[in-house]
Amino acid sequence: MSKAPILKTFTLLYLAFLYAPILLLPIFAFNDSKVVAFPLQGLTLQWFRELFADQNLQIALKNSLIIALSVSTLSTILGIFAARSSVRYKWKGKGPVLGLIMLPLVLPEMIAAMALLVVLLSLGIQLSLFTIILGQVLICTPFAVAILTSAFQSLDRSLEEASMDLGETQMSTFRLIVLPLVMPGILASFLITFTISFDEFIIANFLGSGKPVLSVYIFGQFRFPAKVPAMLALGTILVVFSICLLAIAEYFRRRGIARTGGKDSGGFL
Amino acid sequence: MTTDEKPTMIEFKDVHKYYGDYHALRGINGTIRAGEFFSLLGPSGCGKTTLLRTIAGFEDISSGVIMIDGKDMASVPANARPTNMVFQSYAIFPHMSVAENVGFGLRKDPRSKEEKARAVAEALEMVGLKGYGGRAAHALSGGQRQRVALARALILKPKVLLLDEPLSALDKKMREHMQIELIKLQRQVGITFILVTHDQEEALVMSDRIAVMFEGEIAQLADPETLYRRPNSKKVADFIGTMNFIPCEIVSETGDKVTVDAKGLGRVDLDVAQAPPARGEAPVVGLRPETLTLLYPGQTTSERTTEGVIDEVIYFGDMTYYDVYLGGTDVEVRLSMRNVPGRPVLEVGTKVEVTWSPSALVLFR
Repeated sequence: MSKAPILKTFTLLYLAFLYAPILLLPIFAFNDSKVVAFPLQGLTLQWFRELFADQNLQIALKNSLIIALSVSTLSTILGIFAARSSVRYKWKGKGPVLGLIMLPLVLPEMIAAMALLVVLLSLGIQLSLFTIILGQVLICTPFAVAILTSAFQSLDRSLEEASMDLGETQMSTFRLIVLPLVMPGILASFLITFTISFDEFIIANFLGSGKPVLSVYIFGQFRFPAKVPAMLALGTILVVFSICLLAIAEYFRRRGIARTGGKDSGGFL
Repeated sequence: MTTDEKPTMIEFKDVHKYYGDYHALRGINGTIRAGEFFSLLGPSGCGKTTLLRTIAGFEDISSGVIMIDGKDMASVPANARPTNMVFQSYAIFPHMSVAENVGFGLRKDPRSKEEKARAVAEALEMVGLKGYGGRAAHALSGGQRQRVALARALILKPKVLLLDEPLSALDKKMREHMQIELIKLQRQVGITFILVTHDQEEALVMSDRIAVMFEGEIAQLADPETLYRRPNSKKVADFIGTMNFIPCEIVSETGDKVTVDAKGLGRVDLDVAQAPPARGEAPVVGLRPETLTLLYPGQTTSERTTEGVIDEVIYFGDMTYYDVYLGGTDVEVRLSMRNVPGRPVLEVGTKVEVTWSPSALVLFR
C-alpha cells in the first residue's frame, strides 16, 4: 500500500463489488430462513432438498443442457470452418462475409430475437428447443470464430506443407497436424459458447414459447419470495459447477502448452 | 569437373510464375544434375524460394515445364513427388516426439513396426542424434531441430532434398559447423541437394554449382570458382564477394584480345575470356581485393605495379583492408592483406606501391 493507495483501494473495492454478491449465494443457500437477510438463522439443507424435488426445474435444466450442448457443438464446428477459411484461404468477398458473421457480436440481441421470431412465425415454424438453438448459434458463432481464428493463426503454415511433403493428403494432414494443434482453441470455444448459451435469456425467452429453460425458469421463480432461497441454492451449485469446468479447461490448456512447448501467455486461472 | 558426367536430375524449361500481375519467375532454364549440391543464390525477392517451392510442388507454375528424373511434374502433387524439404522454420511437429517426427513419412510404409523403428534410429544416428528419439520435439535446440528436420526428410530416401535457408536461424559458429556437416552428409547419402540461400559465402562453401538469381531470372549458373573469378555481369560480381570497379576505355578489340585503358592502372591487354558479353553499360574493369597486393619495402615483383596513397585502414585481426587511391587519380580500390609476422599494419596517408596481375581483371561493358 506504499505506492498508489487510491488505485489499490479502487481495485479491492471493484473486486469486492464483483464477487461479494456471489459469495452471498452459498451463505443464504444454507440459511434456515425464508427471508434473505442478516442475521443468519442456522444451518439447513432444506433448500437443496426442495430443489431436487422440483420437477419443473429438472425439465428446465435438461432443456438448458440440451440447448447448450447443441449450440456449443454447432457454433464451434461452424467456427472451425469460418476460422480455417479466413486464415488459410483467399476468396472473393471474404471481408464482408466475415464481417457479417461477426456482426451479431455488436448487434443488440433483442433485435436478432425479434427479427427471428417474426420470420419463424411467418414461415409457420413451431417454436421449440430447436428454434432456441438456431437463435443462439447465431450469437455464439462469432465468439467461436474469434477464438478459433487466433488458434488457427498461430499455426505455422509450413507444418502443413511438411506433412504434405512427407506424403500425407490434405485430409490426413488436417487430422494429424492441424486438429491436434488447434485443440486447445476448440476446447476454449466449446466452453465459452456453452456458458453463453447456458445463461442466455433473451432468445430463450422469445423463441422458446412454453419450453422452460433454466435462465427463464430462475427469473420466473424470483416472483415468489418463498422460492428465492432455493434459487440461491441452485446458484450455489452452478457456481461450483462453473469453477470445476474452468479448472478442467485450464488443466487442458496448460497441458496443451506444455506438450507443444509454447509460452504460457496467461489463461483463466 | 566430374559433375559433367552425372545425369540430369531436374530440368527447367522456360518456367514462368505469376502472382496476379507480379512476374515472380521470368523464364527459368537450366539443369540440376544427379548427386549435385546445387544452390539457388540471390537477394530476397529474387524468386529463389519460389523456384524451390515449384520443385516441391507447393506452388504451381504459370507456364513452362519442370522435369524431375525425366518425368514432367505438371500433374504430380507435392505428396507424390520424389522430393523432400527442410523448411526454414524446420516445421518440426510440436505435438510429437523426435522419433514420431522422423518416422512421420513412414506412416503408409508397409514395413513392420520394428523395422520402421530401426529406420528411425538409423536416420537419427546419421544426423548425430542417436538416442534422442524419445525426447519431446519442442525441447530441442535450433541445431537439433534442424537435424531432426534433415532426418525426417532423408528417411524417405528422396531423389532430391530441398533446403530452404536451413542455416539462417542458427548463430554464426553453429552455421559454419552445419555447413560442413551438410556437405559431408550430402556426400554420404549421394542425394541431389538444392539449397536456397541469400548468403553468398554459404553458397560458395557448400555448392558444386550455383545459380545466381536476380528479379526472377538466373543471371549466371556456374561452379563457385567460375562465379567468383569470372562473373558474367557487374551485378553478379557485386553480389558475390567484393569487387573494385574501375572506369576504363576500350582502346582496341581483336578476335581474342581486348585492350583497355583503365583509370589509375593504365593500358592493359585482356584475354577475350576476361570479357563477358557486352550489355551496353559504361565499361569498367573489376578486380577482387585479394588480387591487389601492397609492395613492402625491399620486395620486388614481376607483375604490374601502380602507385597509391592509403585513404582508410580497416583492421580485421587476420586481415587488414586498405582503401587506396590509385596513381594520383580519384579512383579508390579496396585491397586485402593477410596480417603475417614482419608485415606491419600501415597508416593512413602512407604512399604505397600496389601490384596486380592483368589476368585477374574482368571487363564489364
